[in-house]
Amino acid sequence: MDTLIKIIKYQIHDIIRSKWILIYTIFFFAVSYSIFSFSDNFTKVVISLLNVFLLFIPLVSIIFGTIYLYNNKEYIVFMLSQPIKRETLFLGLYFGMTVPLILSFLFGVGIPLIIFSNKFTIDNSILFLLIASGILQSLIFASLAFYITTINENRLLGLGISIFCWLFFAAIYDGIILLLLNNFQYYPLEKISLVLTFLNPIDLARILLILKLDISALMGYTGAVFQKFFSNSLGIFFSIIAMTLWIIIPLFAGLKKFIKKDF
Amino acid sequence: MIRIKNLHKNYGSVNALENVSLEIQKGSITYLIGPNASGKTTLIKLILGLIKPTKGEIFVNGTKLNGDYKYKEIIGYMPQVANFPDNLIVKEIFNMLKELRNNNSDLDEELIENFGLEEEFDKQIKNLSGGTRQKLNASIAFMFKPEILILDEPTAGLDPLSCSILKEKIKRENQNGKTIIFTSHILSELEELATNFVFLLDGKIVLSKKKEELQKSNIEEVIISFMKGISGGHIN
Repeated sequence: MDTLIKIIKYQIHDIIRSKWILIYTIFFFAVSYSIFSFSDNFTKVVISLLNVFLLFIPLVSIIFGTIYLYNNKEYIVFMLSQPIKRETLFLGLYFGMTVPLILSFLFGVGIPLIIFSNKFTIDNSILFLLIASGILQSLIFASLAFYITTINENRLLGLGISIFCWLFFAAIYDGIILLLLNNFQYYPLEKISLVLTFLNPIDLARILLILKLDISALMGYTGAVFQKFFSNSLGIFFSIIAMTLWIIIPLFAGLKKFIKKDF
Repeated sequence: MIRIKNLHKNYGSVNALENVSLEIQKGSITYLIGPNASGKTTLIKLILGLIKPTKGEIFVNGTKLNGDYKYKEIIGYMPQVANFPDNLIVKEIFNMLKELRNNNSDLDEELIENFGLEEEFDKQIKNLSGGTRQKLNASIAFMFKPEILILDEPTAGLDPLSCSILKEKIKRENQNGKTIIFTSHILSELEELATNFVFLLDGKIVLSKKKEELQKSNIEEVIISFMKGISGGHIN
């Protein structure tokens, strides 16, 4: 535990000085600032922010994670030659990378929020869920990046898979669902579409906010189905559980591989 | 100190090491030599637990390696290429390792001094030259007074002056009873220090001799003929 914290500390020192993390913070600041200044309606602001977050947080987390691990390959080998447990190093790298990403997100969104806090009547629980889904998305896609880089030695292939993974969950997946629902519209598809939603971490975050905002009708088919199956709070509970699994499963699959791997 | 028994390592169908057995005595300097891709680094990485053997056993200080990491406390390793997080400064790298090893007092900082690394303490890793990185790398290997020093191509990238500093250091540490293993694919400046020569070719030990058993004038010939891939038979 002690060693883990030491590793995380120095990882954070490293990443916080990288220019990419600065760009990432400025990006969130600029986006939040402009969205806050354009609208007076808190719900609309939340939905706009959510759409931006759900597009960019997964992209940045997975790409940054992949590149970071590949770039630090020699460092990882060196650290493993030190008296450090492999598990500790892996988790140290994971948290050392995700903490700066999350802090950058919190600062980028938090500062405009404080500036504009008098403009809206802010619903704290909605705000909380919005921030939580941003944090969860960072953790999920970093975890996927760690899995992908651990099982792929070839960095070009690894990066390609990461980009595809993002594209798949952010765009292709919804297209497939739409195609499916359209082609099989005469069959009972409620349960299938429910399961399919759980299999996409980005959709889960969307569901979470949509249920809370009580605008599931706007969400289309899956949102309506989701609300029909779960009461609002139960739906929120299940989507958070599912997102947690999306963090844990790839991370531990990666860890298992990392422990056995030849460096 | 280190005992290797019938060690095999395969990468898929490629045999990186084949039936390697080796005994490294306490206080010896072992020179692992062989052409590129002969298995030198693989052997070192196996000793360090960075890769796992397909078959065979390794004992360090009498304990069999089984995935536990504690034994690495007595090993100092200087990899062929070392890299550290780009944005950390040199001082932080040293501090990090001291913290990780919970050792802040019983340190050997002679190399830092002799290489003049203090001048680079506030520089970020990404701004260091290849040679300076190699000096940093060497200083770290010696810093925690390890009983076993494993140096993978230690002189690659070092200027002649730094090379001789490192050579003197190796000599001194060996006189203090440290066990040293180093590798090279060329006739290294460190050759004269070695007490044992181990020649690797295509993952097999083709010759393992003490210095006394090899005639001095013969060492270079032997190395060159091995580089050309001639089998060891007629040299004995």
